[in-house]
Amino acid sequence: MSTPVKAPKPGPQAAKAQPARPKAPKPAPPIGASGAAPVLTGAQAVVRALEELEVEAVFGIPGGAILPAYDPLLDSEKVRHVLVRHEQGAGHAAQGYAQATGRVGVCMATSGPGATNLVTPLADAHMDSVPIVAITGQVASSAIGTDAFQEADICGITMPITKHSYLITDAEDIPRVMAEAFYVAASGRPGPVLVDIPKDILNAQAPFVWPPKMDLPGYRPTTQPHGKQIREAAALIAEAKKPVLYVGGGVVKSGAHAELLALAELTGAPVVTTLMARGAFPDSHPQHLGMPGMHGTVPAVHALQKSDLLVALGARFDDRVTGKLASFAPEAKIVHVDIDPAEIGKNREADVPIVGDCKAAISAMIEAYEDGGKERLKTWWETLDDLRGRYPLGYTDIDDGLLTPQWVIQRLGELAPEDTIWTAGVGQHQMWASQFIKYETPGTFINSGGLGTMGYAVPAAMGAKLGEMDRTVWAVDGDGCFQMTNQELATCAIEGIPIKVAVINNGNLGMVRQWQTLFYDKRYSQTNLSTHHSEASPRIPDFVKLAEALGCVGLRAETVDEVDDIIKQANAINDRPVVVDFTVGPDAMVWPMVPAGVSNDEILYARDVRPNFDDEGEI
Amino acid sequence: MSTHTLSVLVENKPGVLARVAALFSRRGFNIDSLAVGETEHPGVSRITIVVDVEAGSLEQVTKQLNKLIHVLKIVELEAGSSVQRELLLVKVRADAATRGQVIAAAELFKARSVDVTPDTVTFEVTGNSDKIEAFLEVLEPFGIKELVQSGTVALGRGAKSMASLSRYVSPNS
Repeated sequence: MSTPVKAPKPGPQAAKAQPARPKAPKPAPPIGASGAAPVLTGAQAVVRALEELEVEAVFGIPGGAILPAYDPLLDSEKVRHVLVRHEQGAGHAAQGYAQATGRVGVCMATSGPGATNLVTPLADAHMDSVPIVAITGQVASSAIGTDAFQEADICGITMPITKHSYLITDAEDIPRVMAEAFYVAASGRPGPVLVDIPKDILNAQAPFVWPPKMDLPGYRPTTQPHGKQIREAAALIAEAKKPVLYVGGGVVKSGAHAELLALAELTGAPVVTTLMARGAFPDSHPQHLGMPGMHGTVPAVHALQKSDLLVALGARFDDRVTGKLASFAPEAKIVHVDIDPAEIGKNREADVPIVGDCKAAISAMIEAYEDGGKERLKTWWETLDDLRGRYPLGYTDIDDGLLTPQWVIQRLGELAPEDTIWTAGVGQHQMWASQFIKYETPGTFINSGGLGTMGYAVPAAMGAKLGEMDRTVWAVDGDGCFQMTNQELATCAIEGIPIKVAVINNGNLGMVRQWQTLFYDKRYSQTNLSTHHSEASPRIPDFVKLAEALGCVGLRAETVDEVDDIIKQANAINDRPVVVDFTVGPDAMVWPMVPAGVSNDEILYARDVRPNFDDEGEI
Repeated sequence: MSTHTLSVLVENKPGVLARVAALFSRRGFNIDSLAVGETEHPGVSRITIVVDVEAGSLEQVTKQLNKLIHVLKIVELEAGSSVQRELLLVKVRADAATRGQVIAAAELFKARSVDVTPDTVTFEVTGNSDKIEAFLEVLEPFGIKELVQSGTVALGRGAKSMASLSRYVSPNS
């Protein structure tokens, strides 16, 4: 049995005297162990269970079916409820909280539309393995199946996008189901769990027994790796001439960054970190080649492509990393470490499959590794260093009188306080945030990787900030994303959650526009959002005014000279949320790029610029 | 593509069949037949699934099935080392002139007649899918009015059971 996943705090964090969140209260003595269990309503049992599970915050909105649960919540001194403006915001906030703190995030909604508004966050958490528990009200048991008012079969709807789900049929089950839900969400490969509770069950009375006995005979995540496989993997690494450590989000989730650093330095192998693993290995480390994939660095993409041994650690060979799968890393043997057995061999056959927790597996590999000398990696590093020198991440300014988005994001990163947590939406700004901000510690870049949910940044930042109140949280957002979820800024302003939002405002759905530029003959169909000022129209909306209307400070930077000052101003505001509208040009594109559906060998460094891999096939 | 028979032990909880069936469809696998029923342990059901996939996909679907919290154990039952049976009920046209021939054919397949009318006979027969198919071919010329088939159920041959179920049965179920 594994313990619930708790990502250890990054180094500098641990040194701080004051923990970011109030110390979790000691669990109450087990109820029911001696004397009779108190009889509580289902609603009281839910809140009591949340307290016992040391939940510090629930993001949600009340409504008819969940109403009973909100009554005891009013009296809870341990559980804070954050009243969001849309249930999707509650779900993403729970995700942001979970990703920043390593604890389970919790969201709550009523039946029907409240529950269906949680579908996107649940799907997002499922794709990115984020531990959240969603508690939804359901119509009364007797009304289920009758198309009652605000009825939706949310268990059925979310079955493919949750790790597990419960429809509670007896109030007595509430403590057990709550305990199981948190355990299932956090253990093994983490993921979302839904707990659906009919209104009559919330009102029914039952003894509250805590700690309850969990009943999960079919759930036994494997965390300890197989010794023989570990030795095989270690031997392969020791022999490989062109190894790469291909690091995914699993390393962050298992808190294996220290072990990863040790393994990398022990073996001398280059490291690439996927979008979900940014920060798992310091960007400043000389062995770090950056992010692989569709918008990865040339050295990272090439290293995977030409490798003779990929050591995949908590990564899943996603199509955004592999490009055309059939031609991905054709010469490489694969060591694949994952806690989810179904990931191994799903996309790419593994030569050495290792089912287990990354932390345990990497530690074991370090122990089993017998160094064959770094000399064998010399040619490999020469090739990669040459590529690093010739094809660094970069951008060119476009002479349009508007700010260069990559530069703005780079400055945001350079001027941010230490330990800043970053969140991002989805699109160009997300890729640039991954490329041009330097991440040194895990859990500092929170974004929607697998599902690619636009609008993720603001609510995720809200959740992250609530979990890490003494750290700065910057949401890097696009003007398209921002308009999907910015209503949560009202929540932030009212609840005292002072996040910072950088709207990289290019007036367009930038990534779609980039594809239209490249693949649709510049026919810009439905990508102009009119958030730039022009002769024809004013800014709609005006993000500065919008920010002010939502109780935030609104700032705008339009010229190069203003940018640093405005960022510094924003960094200095800590009593309320702040939104900065950076007016950037629409024509900047994300490079490098591997066009969809082709081999990673076809990577373009910039438009029509294919890197010159002059030593192809030689090493 | 080839046919595989999976025997899946699951906790007998509401929605478990939906979870299993939905998993097949969303991962793009077709179920040829499915049969479900309780086992010797009231808390545990056994689902027999016949699926037409390649070996690699079978491994993937088995791993995905194993991830379902209510799934306890999965084994693939090979045709040679297991007993596999389907149940067929078939209503055949049979009047005074043909009834004798129809019943004689049925006897060859050890089919039992379970209902008779002046114009029809209904037979019950069990067997593997080859036998059922052969039986239907024989009856075809007489005229099949309607039929119903169960999914395949299967047990491994030999003294061993699929699992010591008690390991999976919780004390309160």
